[in-house]
Amino acid sequence: MIIHSIFFYIFSIIAVFSAIMVTVSRNTVHSVFFLILDFITISCLFIMIGAEFIGMIMLIVYVGAVAVLFLFVVMMLNVSKQKNEWLGNEKNSNHIPIGLLISGVIFFELIIVVGGWKYKPELLKSFSSIGIDTSTTNTHEIGKVLYTDYIHLFHLSGMVLLVAMIGAIVLTFRQREGIKRQSYFRQISRERNEAVELADPKNNEGVKIDV
Amino acid sequence: MFEISLGHYLILSATIFTIGVVGIFLNRKNIIVILMSIELILLAVNINLVSFSIYMNDLVGQIFTLFILTVAAAEAAIGLAIIVIYYRNSGTIRVQEIDKLKG
Repeated sequence: MIIHSIFFYIFSIIAVFSAIMVTVSRNTVHSVFFLILDFITISCLFIMIGAEFIGMIMLIVYVGAVAVLFLFVVMMLNVSKQKNEWLGNEKNSNHIPIGLLISGVIFFELIIVVGGWKYKPELLKSFSSIGIDTSTTNTHEIGKVLYTDYIHLFHLSGMVLLVAMIGAIVLTFRQREGIKRQSYFRQISRERNEAVELADPKNNEGVKIDV
Repeated sequence: MFEISLGHYLILSATIFTIGVVGIFLNRKNIIVILMSIELILLAVNINLVSFSIYMNDLVGQIFTLFILTVAAAEAAIGLAIIVIYYRNSGTIRVQEIDKLKG
């Protein structure tokens, strides 16, 4: 048990440190690296408390897809030239005290909620009837619930992903001018009478070709 | 102290959430860092849901985490596409120079 708590503290310290480094590091590429570290650490925490499937899915989706997408965009946009000044520029930094104040209030309120929730234990009981059966694996359990009770939401999330994919393609698609390309419609819709012409050339004159 | 309870996870989640909010408020860099802060906030929400799900013996939290994961991936893809076309049109994605709306 003490090993478990030591691991929890190690992982949470790494998670909080890398979350801070995501926001304060000067290079955006370093921010993406620390974001990857944060995702991996949190997925280790998830695996430690027994949500293996969510932890693994988080590794695949966040580290494998989202963070790599961030990395692609950062390296494609060449933002490393644009050096980041975090608190440096004075004329634009007058919103920093109020931002810090509001963030402190948000943190304070969250801590109050966490503390105050301990003193009202009747809020603790769960209203759902889907318990966690520890005799089978976590993946088995999630599969049994996700594909039966939540099948419509599952389909809807698939639709969300489809719309996001189409939206990203439509947004970033660019039709370039001045490039010769094949037009299937014009090719197929050519008729014989507008493509072929019978000529009757006279002697020593040849055929006039209009281009 | 050495018994990891739900409160530990909630405090960790609150800390990461606040760091994400601070990252949005105090940002002087490009918008990509703001998107990463939003990802941090969604990560904190996921920690909350999963830890409640484990400690209250209710599987629905993990199901919701899957849906949040889906929405976060879609949001990152669309946001990055918008950033790419903004950079293509205006040549910069620094927060200070994005003032087309005069806000």
